[in-house]
Amino acid sequence: MSERIKVIVDGKEVMLEKDANLLSELRKAGYDVPGLCYYEKVSHTGSCRLCVFRRKGSAKLETSCTVAVCENMDIELFTADIEEHRKNLLQLILASHKHDCMTCEKSGACELEALAYRYGLDLDSEIFPSIVDKTLKKDKSSPVLCYDPQKCIACYRCVKACDEIQEKHIIDMDGRSFHTVVSAGYNEWGGSDCDGCGECLQACPVGAITSKTAAGKGRHWELGSVITTCEYCGVGCQLKIYTKGDEIIKVEGVDAPANRGRLCVKGRFGHDYIRSPERITKPLIKENGAFREASWDEALDLAAKKFMDIKEKNGANALGGLASARCTNEENYIFQKFIRSVFGTNNVDHCARLCHASTVAGLAITFGSGAMTNTNTGFEDSDCIFIIGSNTTETHPVISTFVKNAVRKGAVLIVADPRRIDLARRAKVHLQQRNGSDVALVNGLMHIIYKENLHNKEFIEAHTEGFKEFAEVIEKYTPEKVSKLTGISEEKLYFAARAYAKAKNASIIFSMGITQHTTGVDNVMSLANLAMIAGQIGRHATGVNPLRGQNNVQGACDMGALPNVYSGYQKVVDAPVKEKFEKAWNAKMDDKVGLTVVEMMNAAGEGKLKGLYIMGENPMVSDPNLHHVEESLKKLELLVVQDIFLTETAKLAHIVLPVTATLEKDGTFTNTERRVQVIRKVLEPLDGTRNDWEIVADLAGRMGYKMGYGNVWDILKEINALTPIYGGMTPERVPSGLHWPCPNAEHPGTPFLHKDGNFSKGKGTFKPIEFKEPAELPDGKYPYTLSTGRILCHYHTGTMSRKVDALNAYVKEGYVEISASDAAKLGIQNGAKVKVASRRGEIIITAKITDRVVPGSVFIPFHFVETAANRLTNDALDPIAKIPEFKVAACNIEKV
Amino acid sequence: MTDVKTPAADIKAINSILDAYSGKTGILIPLLQDIQEKFNYIPREAVELISEKFHIPYTKITGVITFYAQFRTEPVGKYIIRTCMGTACFVNGGENILDAIREALNVEIGATTGDGLFTLEKVACLGCCSLAPVVMINDEVFGNLTPQKIKTVIENFKKRESK
Repeated sequence: MSERIKVIVDGKEVMLEKDANLLSELRKAGYDVPGLCYYEKVSHTGSCRLCVFRRKGSAKLETSCTVAVCENMDIELFTADIEEHRKNLLQLILASHKHDCMTCEKSGACELEALAYRYGLDLDSEIFPSIVDKTLKKDKSSPVLCYDPQKCIACYRCVKACDEIQEKHIIDMDGRSFHTVVSAGYNEWGGSDCDGCGECLQACPVGAITSKTAAGKGRHWELGSVITTCEYCGVGCQLKIYTKGDEIIKVEGVDAPANRGRLCVKGRFGHDYIRSPERITKPLIKENGAFREASWDEALDLAAKKFMDIKEKNGANALGGLASARCTNEENYIFQKFIRSVFGTNNVDHCARLCHASTVAGLAITFGSGAMTNTNTGFEDSDCIFIIGSNTTETHPVISTFVKNAVRKGAVLIVADPRRIDLARRAKVHLQQRNGSDVALVNGLMHIIYKENLHNKEFIEAHTEGFKEFAEVIEKYTPEKVSKLTGISEEKLYFAARAYAKAKNASIIFSMGITQHTTGVDNVMSLANLAMIAGQIGRHATGVNPLRGQNNVQGACDMGALPNVYSGYQKVVDAPVKEKFEKAWNAKMDDKVGLTVVEMMNAAGEGKLKGLYIMGENPMVSDPNLHHVEESLKKLELLVVQDIFLTETAKLAHIVLPVTATLEKDGTFTNTERRVQVIRKVLEPLDGTRNDWEIVADLAGRMGYKMGYGNVWDILKEINALTPIYGGMTPERVPSGLHWPCPNAEHPGTPFLHKDGNFSKGKGTFKPIEFKEPAELPDGKYPYTLSTGRILCHYHTGTMSRKVDALNAYVKEGYVEISASDAAKLGIQNGAKVKVASRRGEIIITAKITDRVVPGSVFIPFHFVETAANRLTNDALDPIAKIPEFKVAACNIEKV
Repeated sequence: MTDVKTPAADIKAINSILDAYSGKTGILIPLLQDIQEKFNYIPREAVELISEKFHIPYTKITGVITFYAQFRTEPVGKYIIRTCMGTACFVNGGENILDAIREALNVEIGATTGDGLFTLEKVACLGCCSLAPVVMINDEVFGNLTPQKIKTVIENFKKRESK
């Protein structure tokens, strides 16, 4: 624990933390010490010199931001002469700053402006006349930021934020003395690698770096603000959203445990879709192939009648529902309750099937709990991080900053990815495995760990089972064999295996590159084996960490929007569980496991599934083999879709219901680290829209089942009562952001799972796993391996992100990444149109020649409907998790 | 991918300079000096290659280059004319010398002549005030100048080159 010691400040005793930063401690103790260059989150600069103090008996002024609190400190801080000195310094700073405060975006939140007022500066000083270099031009080339060098006070906060927090180091200081400016190198800002995260914007104390999207939209003091959870990815960043009237003006990252104030370009600039004119605000009914507007009563009555007709005629299992990883916990809970109680079937699933179904299954089998074991910020304290199948910088940008922070502190980063992703540059070793050879790779690493006697015998003995049979399998995966199967050199395999096993605390991070395979569950279980063999689990900064993709995919799973479990992973086939829910919900439950997403599409294609209720999902872009999805959805007798936009899926619906967007409602999301966080209404809902849960409850009523909730917190209370892992996540406690399991109102939550090797299921189980090839390998006709995935500035099916100008300014359309040698072979120029075809379909798309992919492989981001990667992907499934193989498909490329 | 404008031979030359520093740290300034020695300035391609090879952020390198007056980011002429404007040279008519050079070469301060032969620079003091007004052309010092004298010096350089 930190020790507090006595310090005398201006003759008065105060207790400050020993060895801590003096300026920071003084401020915490209530001293309003001025300072412009000090920024708590980065290393100190000590350049503005406003925070000066003097030790008793000394003549020298020192900067408190560069000094640590120590014994026998007796200092002068606010004497008249020091204050006069500060005033002179401020006059000097002001002389090199263009003070156009009347039109400045920062006015009202500007730290220099506040100090100028506090010290009563003379704006027309003849002693300190302006030395601003009026020839310096603004750099407006970034899609989201504007830099005005005439206002820059060269405090280094932005440079250090970019370097030390986000670890990008895009900007630095150019020139010297009065001509020092922030620069992105020889290029303008827009031509640099800047990805628009805006960490510099948040760090700037003055109006030198401002948001282009907020320009002219409101003075700081006119804005209202609400703190909520970001609606994009699963990191769960806390946002402070500033609004004026019905418009979002700007966003700041909140210093919360999930993100520590950091954001990415989507979180900071990606919310304009919410007032897109394309939002739907009236229920739509399709007649003679075209939509017409309808009243809520007409639309819901029609839906209720038709669903009931199908149930009567074809039975409950002819109905199904897709919940949504974009909706709140409360809405997902209500939705699965509706499907189970009103439809009377377990045919409920959502897009987690397409991302982490294999994780949920694989980790449940081995550890007993299918979720990320540790925390977002915990990576910062790891000594070794093994990232496999996760392009973290693009898919979970803020988590990647914690990984990069760890590397700066000396952690060994091992990246296994067929593509040369951004993090590969920071890795000690990049294992560039052949697509789909992950089991062989991980078995090979474990073989080396075992053979070199680096396995954690104590841990294996005390906390696991099945090691003997498992060891027999890994015995066979010699480095020589694995090198052949994966294409990775033996030397690299040895390095990675030793680094991981020998590290004090090692973390595994994985994502879709592991899960979206026909061997998805095998891949996940292999990683569980790896963590157990080295004993790298059950402590802080270790574990097996699947990064969940969507804002609330963890929550949607937790809430039982899955065909085999009720909320909290309580199995539908368990008789006592079924009884508990039948009693609580006052309805009869089906005791058979329902259909998964892809199985529902197949059943619809075969005419067995006749009615489908979709809440906020867009399978017409997200699912594999889209041609097949389209055929299937068109065969349905009734498709009801509720969404904020008329999505590709909604266009195929018979009835479309307009809903409120995330930023227009209250509730909770559960982020990737199992932390339940509150979302709060930022804007009033658009006229005509309703909350998802209210629509579901209304529809239930019209089908003869009463759901009497007054608000979302009533729903959360029901969740508390019926879901042991959420037992203590009461409406009163959710604002504190607890991790589940949290069984009761006194429980502090569980930041990391399986503490000290005590697995959720008792003992961890080693599963012997043999390597299997992907379902479809390249051949003569389709000689290239296609992989799909996400990119930083767009999200999922693009429904939201593609309606944001700032994001489109970075990337507007889809592309295929192809190696220079393949492009040369095919005679393809960078930027040319090519035809990519697989056994399931073909698309015309722009070629992007890059060294990120190896020859023989290509990559297409799946966000773009016009160049939908999923027209090509294979809907072959993992036998256990039923997840499709998005990551490997054979394809052909032709010049057009 | 880098949009390579530099001839392949130059990229090779840059890389061979870089190779000499392989595996070392704290090398940025001497490395930049070597590159400038070879090319007379720091080509942008060199900055990219240094950044890539030594994992030094691109803007950290440009920050160093722009901080030190010794580094040039644009090519310079074969002959750098340093016209002294120190106190002694200034009072002895340094400005007239400067004007004469400008006129003779039709070039502004900091710029290079179209034929790539001369770059004109103004410096604070060359340290040989007894010879004021003074001009240095590369390593050669020319003192006690008059506008006519410097014009002759420049003509001689031009003649030497046209041979």
